[in-house]
Amino acid sequence: MLRAISNRLVILIPYVWLLFFFLLPFLIVLRIALSDLEYGAPPYTPQFSYTDSWAVIWDKLSQFDFENFTFLFSDSLYINSYLSSLQIAFVSMILTLLIGFPLAYGMARAPLGLRPTLLMLVILPFWTSFLIRVYAWIGILKQEGLLNQLLLWLGVIDTPLEILSTNKAVYIGIVYSYLPFMVLPIYSTLEKMDESLVEAARDLGCTQIAAFWKITARLAVPGILAGCLLVFIPAVGEFVIPDLLGGSGTLMIGKTLWIEFFNNSDWTVASAIATVLLVVLVVPIVWFQNAQARATETGK
Amino acid sequence: MIRSKLLFTTVAAFAALTVAAGAQDRVVNIYNWSDYIDDSILTDFTAETGIKVVYDVFDSNEVLETKLLAGSTGYDIVVPTGTFLANQIKAGVFQKLDKSKLPNLANMDPEISARLAKYDPGNEYAINYMWGTTGIGINVDMVKERLGDDAKLNTWDLVFNPEIAAKLADCGIFELDAPTEMIPAALNYMGMDPDLKDQESIDKAKELLLKIRPYVRKYHSSEYINALANGDICVAVGWSGDVLQARDRAAEADAGVNVEYIIPKEGALMWFDNMAIPSDAKNVDEALEFLNYIMKPEVIAKASNYVYYANGNAASKPFLNEDVIGDQAIYPNEETISRLYTVSPDNAKEKRILNRAWTEVKSGQ
Repeated sequence: MLRAISNRLVILIPYVWLLFFFLLPFLIVLRIALSDLEYGAPPYTPQFSYTDSWAVIWDKLSQFDFENFTFLFSDSLYINSYLSSLQIAFVSMILTLLIGFPLAYGMARAPLGLRPTLLMLVILPFWTSFLIRVYAWIGILKQEGLLNQLLLWLGVIDTPLEILSTNKAVYIGIVYSYLPFMVLPIYSTLEKMDESLVEAARDLGCTQIAAFWKITARLAVPGILAGCLLVFIPAVGEFVIPDLLGGSGTLMIGKTLWIEFFNNSDWTVASAIATVLLVVLVVPIVWFQNAQARATETGK
Repeated sequence: MIRSKLLFTTVAAFAALTVAAGAQDRVVNIYNWSDYIDDSILTDFTAETGIKVVYDVFDSNEVLETKLLAGSTGYDIVVPTGTFLANQIKAGVFQKLDKSKLPNLANMDPEISARLAKYDPGNEYAINYMWGTTGIGINVDMVKERLGDDAKLNTWDLVFNPEIAAKLADCGIFELDAPTEMIPAALNYMGMDPDLKDQESIDKAKELLLKIRPYVRKYHSSEYINALANGDICVAVGWSGDVLQARDRAAEADAGVNVEYIIPKEGALMWFDNMAIPSDAKNVDEALEFLNYIMKPEVIAKASNYVYYANGNAASKPFLNEDVIGDQAIYPNEETISRLYTVSPDNAKEKRILNRAWTEVKSGQ
């Protein structure tokens, strides 16, 4: 009896967590998104009071114009920002995977004694503030930065490359910052993999490449999906990297949101953008979740 | 925008918390622009009054305004620019100054106070800290090399005439990432009233800015100081004191970079940064004491001598260094002042038009 209760309590914890740190903040944002803009402190007039009964809320909703949401569709800027964010996040995810997989593979196949050290090296950058690491890239990528000086000195290029303040710098920043989130889940699936399966495939006539594709890559799918999810979702809403490394032409939803919130002081539209962003992200999250569940099923 | 200030903000938030825990200590929390004071003023103030100063910095009015509108900033003194101040007063985020506790108000320059009254009627909520202009910083040698020795440099043509800007593009043009500065400048260049805010006029300014966009290397509000000083760029639309700081850094580095600040002949924006006390400030007496201290002629003169901006304190003039009071770029003469213009605050709709146009200028979207 006691055990049953404690089991339920354990299950309850994540739900309580979600309630307080996801659902409630989301409802607050939604409430602002449904408010009217007004110059004051705070700069909006709420249409819903926290003391409204459900019936009142429902009644108000049914005759609501959702003007902050419809506004987002009246100007192509917002849709283009979402699309451009999704594209940048997707390309960054693929690049991270292309670099992260060989890294994770190498780590998982390294001698047992070496693995903790390699793992440590992947985690080590987290000891320095994320912001400082992104700043460091400014020093590396700028016109007279380390990279350009090195390439000029080596004679690879004649004129400095323009990388900082372009989308290239944003890709570099995202790939660099999120690489550990790709490497770690892939490493953990590859490390647990039974290597005798590959040997068996080789014994049964598979070439090395075929064995890799048929066994290793297949078994790594749950890790790859987890890694992709961990990179893609936060990259879509990324603000710091495009702001510091990107140029004026870099269009990302995080920056558009900043403009609404800070430059226009329009919290209502900013909240509507944030709400739509969440909806936009629910689709890939659910897809990833399903794909992962399927992969885990077949993996068993 | 956020820049390094994210870090400082966090640090300051923690500092404010620890201070609050300490209770009885008298303290004043100040939120000012970055690189905008001589630090010794703060230590002198603490030594004289026993009031500890928690000092924190920002680099955009927008960040300050968003914090003020959210409320409970924890700051006792903030420093908004005039146009923003006016809206913030209307939003009710400031408290009226208790002038009986500010005897040094007598030192203020009546002319500057009168101009400030455009934003703060009756000067009830704020005192002027510094004022300046938005003009052009140039690397004299690099610009002359491209335009010829006898080219006219005292004109907005450098950044608004596509033919001339094209010649300067390779050595680097920076513009302020601030629509409230750039759009009035563009309107003024076209001979229109810089204070126009209707869609049609803003669109005209946008067209002009889009024409020169291909020649602009970056839109940024603080990086140009170092970029000018290092000789990385040759032209920047910038704030007077910032360009002069770049000039001094270049002179110190002694690498042959010769920076000059220009108030173009077509006119330039004149702005005022002012100190005010948020209505939810906890240490009002300490804040008033600081305001009174900063209005001492020798104190504010020290600040001006350090940051190369003019102050609104008439009594401070005898204490100013010759390279400050004697510099036309900092204290322009009557003739130049007559060419300076001011702009009025934007309402929500005007803000949206302005920022939307600016987003298009910057991103092409």
